[in-house]
Amino acid sequence: MRVELIKRKEQSRKMALLSPLIAIGLTALSAAIIFAISGHNPLLGLYKFFIEPLTQQWSLEATIDKATPLVLIACGLSVCYLSNNWNIGAEGQFIVGALFGSVLPIMFPDFETSATLPLMLVFGAVGGALWALIPAVLKTRFNTNEILTSLMLVYVASLILDYLVRGPWRDPGGYNFPESRLFSDAATLPDIFGGAMSLSTPITFLVAIILAIMLGKTMKGFEIRVMGESPRAGSFAGFSARRLTLFAFALAGALAGLAGTMEVSGALNQLLPTISPGYGFTAIIVAFLGRLNPIGIIVAGFVLALSYIGGEAVQSSLGVSNKIASVIQGLLLFYVLACDTLILYKIRIVSRRASSGEVSHV
Amino acid sequence: MKTMLKATVAALALAAAGSAANAADVKACYIYVGPVGDFGWSYQHDQGRLAVEEHFGDKVETAYLESVPEGPDAERAIERFAREGCDIIFTTSFGYMNPTIKVAKKFPDVKFEHATGYKTADNVATYNSKFHQGRYIIGQIAAKQSETGVAGYIASFPIPEVVAGINAFLLGAQSVNPDFKLKVVWANTWFDPGKEADAAKALIDQGVDIISQHTDSTAPLQVAQERGMHGFGQASDMIKFAPEAQYTAIIDEWGPYYIERVQEVLDGTWESKSTWAGLKEGHVVMADYTNLPDDVVAMAKETEEKIKGGWEPFTGPITKQDGTVAAEDGVALDDGAILGMNWYVEGVDDKLPQ
Repeated sequence: MRVELIKRKEQSRKMALLSPLIAIGLTALSAAIIFAISGHNPLLGLYKFFIEPLTQQWSLEATIDKATPLVLIACGLSVCYLSNNWNIGAEGQFIVGALFGSVLPIMFPDFETSATLPLMLVFGAVGGALWALIPAVLKTRFNTNEILTSLMLVYVASLILDYLVRGPWRDPGGYNFPESRLFSDAATLPDIFGGAMSLSTPITFLVAIILAIMLGKTMKGFEIRVMGESPRAGSFAGFSARRLTLFAFALAGALAGLAGTMEVSGALNQLLPTISPGYGFTAIIVAFLGRLNPIGIIVAGFVLALSYIGGEAVQSSLGVSNKIASVIQGLLLFYVLACDTLILYKIRIVSRRASSGEVSHV
Repeated sequence: MKTMLKATVAALALAAAGSAANAADVKACYIYVGPVGDFGWSYQHDQGRLAVEEHFGDKVETAYLESVPEGPDAERAIERFAREGCDIIFTTSFGYMNPTIKVAKKFPDVKFEHATGYKTADNVATYNSKFHQGRYIIGQIAAKQSETGVAGYIASFPIPEVVAGINAFLLGAQSVNPDFKLKVVWANTWFDPGKEADAAKALIDQGVDIISQHTDSTAPLQVAQERGMHGFGQASDMIKFAPEAQYTAIIDEWGPYYIERVQEVLDGTWESKSTWAGLKEGHVVMADYTNLPDDVVAMAKETEEKIKGGWEPFTGPITKQDGTVAAEDGVALDDGAILGMNWYVEGVDDKLPQ
């Protein structure tokens, strides 16, 4: 006996909309079972995990704040993935962007004008774009595999950060501890509302909207999608695969770099040996959960951020291990992907020797 | 469907309200950088938390968050506790320093205690322990027991506390064998069993027969056990992970400090200060000396008593790696020099990462 996945001829539109909700429902059910097994009230656990963070202004802001860098990075990545450019190195572009953005407040701490912050953001975007262009140029010139080169450059970037923070950029008044000086007020991204969010959230929102319009309504968006689905057809239309690769990487890098600069300027106020708890990698998940659509990415980023904040909430209030929070997060991703798979494929259980055409083995 | 949803939400809210009814006089909250199951640094802080629970019973409620990464997540975690009604919050890793100060500004009525940092405020105290006192003792033991005359040291990050630990270890060893050498491997992590085990293997392959560590997992000691070598427990007594390999362990005993400070919050006498205590005050404790001949145990105990009597392991003559004099004969380094140490003593087979 074996199990086969068979491609559906038609995909149900209704199910495509419902599938994320089914996935969340299944996650909640599994989470309740896990809470019960570990000796906690399952209803209370669910409330603390999924609902309580949404009921208080502070935790709601914290959730949005956590989602912000993920959404910004994922927006850039979606352009890469739609156009068939596999940029896995957003984490590195985030870091290099943060480094470029930190040049002013660390090397010129006395440069405190109203131009400081805008300049930092521009530097950050340029830094991230330059770092992303390395794998892009390697791909277009030497046909190297961009998955490998962009990923490897993540480690290079984090080692450069490590070197700078322990070496030349170490805080002169910091007892040799590995951290840079604190940024001045002029270099700090202002907080908005209750203070758990910074200006990075509206900026990110704006970028996502612009990107959604670009992808949906403009020639560039058309080019990106055509080149992703059928590069040959695209080349007949006069689109250049090389130029698009450079464009997609530069855009993704710029947004990741911007996210990096806003993170160090708005949240950390200084450089540390590690400045990202894996935003660049988590954003890959966000991009795909959001179906490579900027609006979908906003939703996906929020849901993923909620799973972090909710995980902390059950930890602190119920004393649940943080491993359980990670398990629930993993389950959420698993169910979303499983539901998506079942929209595209149906399951068939076949007895020995029976076979058919379009089959992928599990 | 809609009413069902409403009913569910109502039930959830009720369940939540029910749990908020247990009121204690003081709520003490803890933030750990590693998992409580690391059997090292975070584990010992959690033991301290449990000691508080046991000592005060119903009067004090505790909560903790584990594996909180240093960075924006830390600030959120600290703020969460401040909002959830914690009266005193212990943030137990160096990287939590600036987030702690930031949140403390927003919550002037909450007391904050930051471990291993140097920034204080009216409602932020700092605390740390003189681990280098224990490292001097294990250095002496290493020099007595080593056949190759070389020990290996798995270090985390080149911050003053770690550098002082390396120096204290080697000074202790050189007090027994002036030619004793030390090889250092920087793991660049506080907790990564795989990396730490690799470092231990590499050191053993380079001819060291004693492993010391300033990282938090039990892995290096377990490697020593497998290879028939010896080592020392870090932060907690790791004897059950390496019954034949562990000579002793430098135990971080946070319980007495936590109980004292929580008591002060109860009494309303809490004040911001910087605490740096060691063997004498019982904040650093040596585990049982095991797998050692009697004369070595006697030597170790004698040194322990000497330190408890007020003797400073960083007492001259101390020569730096570059040949300059750090302390003249009989002169002890002051606290500031130890807390800001950024140089090696002579005999360390490594260049300090700068």
